[in-house]
Amino acid sequence: MNINLTLIGQSITFLAFVWFCWKFVWPALLGVMQEREQKIATGLQEAERAEKDLELAQRKAVEQLKEAKAQAAEIIDGANKRANQIVDEAKEAARSEGDRLKAAAQAEIEQEVNRAKEQLRSRIAALSVAGAEKILSVNIDAKAHDDMIEKLAAEL
Amino acid sequence: MAAEQTATGYIQHHLQNLAYGKLPAGYTRADGTVLSESTWTIAHSSQEAADMGFWAVHLDTLGWSIGLGMIFCFLFARAAKKATAGVPTGFQSFVEVIVDFIDKTVKDTFPHRNSMVAPMALTIFVWVFLMNLMDLVPVDWLPMAYAQGVSALTGADPHHVYFKVVPTTDLNATLGMALAVFALMIFFSVKEKGLVGFVKELTLHPFHSGKWYIDIFLIPFNFLLEAVSLIAKPVSLGLRLFGNLYAGEMIFILIAIVFGVGVLGFIGAGLLQMGWAIFHILVITLQAFVFMVLTTVYMAMAHDREDEHAHDH
Repeated sequence: MNINLTLIGQSITFLAFVWFCWKFVWPALLGVMQEREQKIATGLQEAERAEKDLELAQRKAVEQLKEAKAQAAEIIDGANKRANQIVDEAKEAARSEGDRLKAAAQAEIEQEVNRAKEQLRSRIAALSVAGAEKILSVNIDAKAHDDMIEKLAAEL
Repeated sequence: MAAEQTATGYIQHHLQNLAYGKLPAGYTRADGTVLSESTWTIAHSSQEAADMGFWAVHLDTLGWSIGLGMIFCFLFARAAKKATAGVPTGFQSFVEVIVDFIDKTVKDTFPHRNSMVAPMALTIFVWVFLMNLMDLVPVDWLPMAYAQGVSALTGADPHHVYFKVVPTTDLNATLGMALAVFALMIFFSVKEKGLVGFVKELTLHPFHSGKWYIDIFLIPFNFLLEAVSLIAKPVSLGLRLFGNLYAGEMIFILIAIVFGVGVLGFIGAGLLQMGWAIFHILVITLQAFVFMVLTTVYMAMAHDREDEHAHDH
């Protein structure tokens, strides 16, 4: 076991390797590792933000859905009401039309009746005059008895 | 273990580095030849390696440590070049796990601003781990292969070819790194606090009265204490790693000797080696980590300002 020049040689070798590592190995490796660390940190941050965004979006979607449902219900409600209204209106219109038709028919009938009565009256006047002529065998002055016949006819 | 070797010889052979140095003129070499003039050569025995003195290098230690360090640099630089901020795959994620671990550990122990400390911690951790990892390669494989190769090429006696594979079992390697750490400690201390601040730290702590005429007499005691604690840091740093790995290596060598003792010895040694290797995985990782953390702590101490320092006492 001799102490000799190897001692100095080893010292120089040591310093040379340290220098090499200091200049060419360490900064490059550590730089890359720090860069990756940064990347991972941003990635995690972004993931967190995305998660938050997703949650927000989900909440918003639920809200919108609820709103849409409410709106739909409202619309259906309105439509139902409108439909009812239309049916009611139609019923009303039908009823009034029916009434109108009935009234018109009745009026016509009445008119017909009146006309028939008129005809009958005039026919009765003639008939009664003719009957009375035959009964009395005389000519009755129609004009003279007009008033009486009129009254008779009106009594019909 | 070669049959003609004794156990002691085997162990000694395994503990000798491949030394390259200068032998003086007139030196009698291991094979009996006498050198006519001083020569730079590879040591052929432990005695020769010792006689080379300080001006010798361990080729195996430097070769393996530089080679492993280059593997580290190559792999990590390639990962750094290819790295993307996208999803990390394969080797990139493996490298990132290590880098992240080092970064967190350094941030926990080093509160100051210095862009060099974390890369240094990474270098120490991976490099020391790789060097320690060589300890898990069976002790004979690489030295034997090397010795056989050299003897085939040059005709040298393989018993005189030394080759240690684990650089951290060489005190030169661990103390060398600790020395570099020590130099950085002093450099950053002076840089952060100034020369005056550093000297003050060494001389006015831990004993401090606030009256200059008492403080003057306290300076020698303070300096003695602080100098010892300062020097103890790199020494303990280097010795701890060396001691752990050297002891681990020694046990692998001892187990390897048992392989030669009959069938029972072979089976027993196999089980022992496996057990020790599994345990050693923990040791080599832990030692690499300890070296790294202590270096970081020493760097933090070097950056601590005097006023912050005063709070600790």
